[in-house]
Amino acid sequence: MGKRSVQEINASSMADIAFLLLIFFLVTTTMSVDKGLSRRLPPPMPEKKEQKDVEINQRNIYVVLINSRNQVLAQGKLVDVAQLREDVKKFIRNEGNDPTLPELLPLSVEIDGRTEQVMATTNHLISLQNDRGTEYQKYIEVQNELVAAYNEVRDDFARQKWGVSYSELSDERQSAIQKIFPQKISEAEPKNYGGKK
Amino acid sequence: MAKIRKGGKKSVPAVSTASLPDIIFMLLFFFMVSTSMKEVTYKVDIHNPEATELQSLEKKSLVRYIYVGVPKREFVKRYGSETRIQIDDAFAEIAEIRPYVEAERSAMKEEEQGLLTISIKADRETQMGIITDIKQELRKAQALKINYAAIQKMK
Repeated sequence: MGKRSVQEINASSMADIAFLLLIFFLVTTTMSVDKGLSRRLPPPMPEKKEQKDVEINQRNIYVVLINSRNQVLAQGKLVDVAQLREDVKKFIRNEGNDPTLPELLPLSVEIDGRTEQVMATTNHLISLQNDRGTEYQKYIEVQNELVAAYNEVRDDFARQKWGVSYSELSDERQSAIQKIFPQKISEAEPKNYGGKK
Repeated sequence: MAKIRKGGKKSVPAVSTASLPDIIFMLLFFFMVSTSMKEVTYKVDIHNPEATELQSLEKKSLVRYIYVGVPKREFVKRYGSETRIQIDDAFAEIAEIRPYVEAERSAMKEEEQGLLTISIKADRETQMGIITDIKQELRKAQALKINYAAIQKMK
């Protein structure tokens, strides 16, 4: 008996198998990348202790209210969401040392190994309150504008100092900027305006 | 000397399909890498709100989801058309959020427990009342890292 020739394996069904797997993955998976606005909630209030209102200088607070008809009231004025960003940027920066805008305090930050003195509105606070009837989309829009204002202020600072955008900076420089412009958005304890429906 | 072809039918050679499996496998790998498994089947209708300043959630294993929206049409009969909360594959009440978060957290590795992020996926037309309630529950459960799911707004 001579050598038996090994029969070649028929590979024509390979394509079918691969197709089957492909379709399985197409059906069971989603393409969407999870994205969103990241926030940090304040820690829970101790229940029994009396609530102490923290004294904050009036000029340091920027109050944003959204009512159930999705109207935005910023610092007592009815504003459009599109305008909110510029107003908040002015508020955070307070370039002209305006007495109605938050106070500028000296702050020493370590930038590139050197300690620098910067004037910044580190005590400012943005207070966001909404009604129970506010639409979620509006709420997200306002949150988005607030975050965008911070991002733009930080970005401008980075461009002035280093000529590149904030996102391209090293972590160290980013955290230095974060110190100068800390993101301070506070969400008030829920209040029930106008009672339950 | 060139051969002179005689007239007659030219036979077209069959297209080789030997590389077809390779092509399909390539597609398969592409999809396996670029997509992720569906977390749950939605029982509520969710149209994400739009925003521009988005950050992507990095580690999927650290994220748990809470879905908020109006029940899908096939569930309206049983659950009504009021906004409801969905956790994993079932409808849930507000009071169930806290035990859920605590159970999920204790199931995680100890060093990762502090990194637990709750992503709130809510329909854009939801009223804030229910979201506020959820946020209060999350605060009580000490799950302070949250994320409001949104999609990129087209300019």
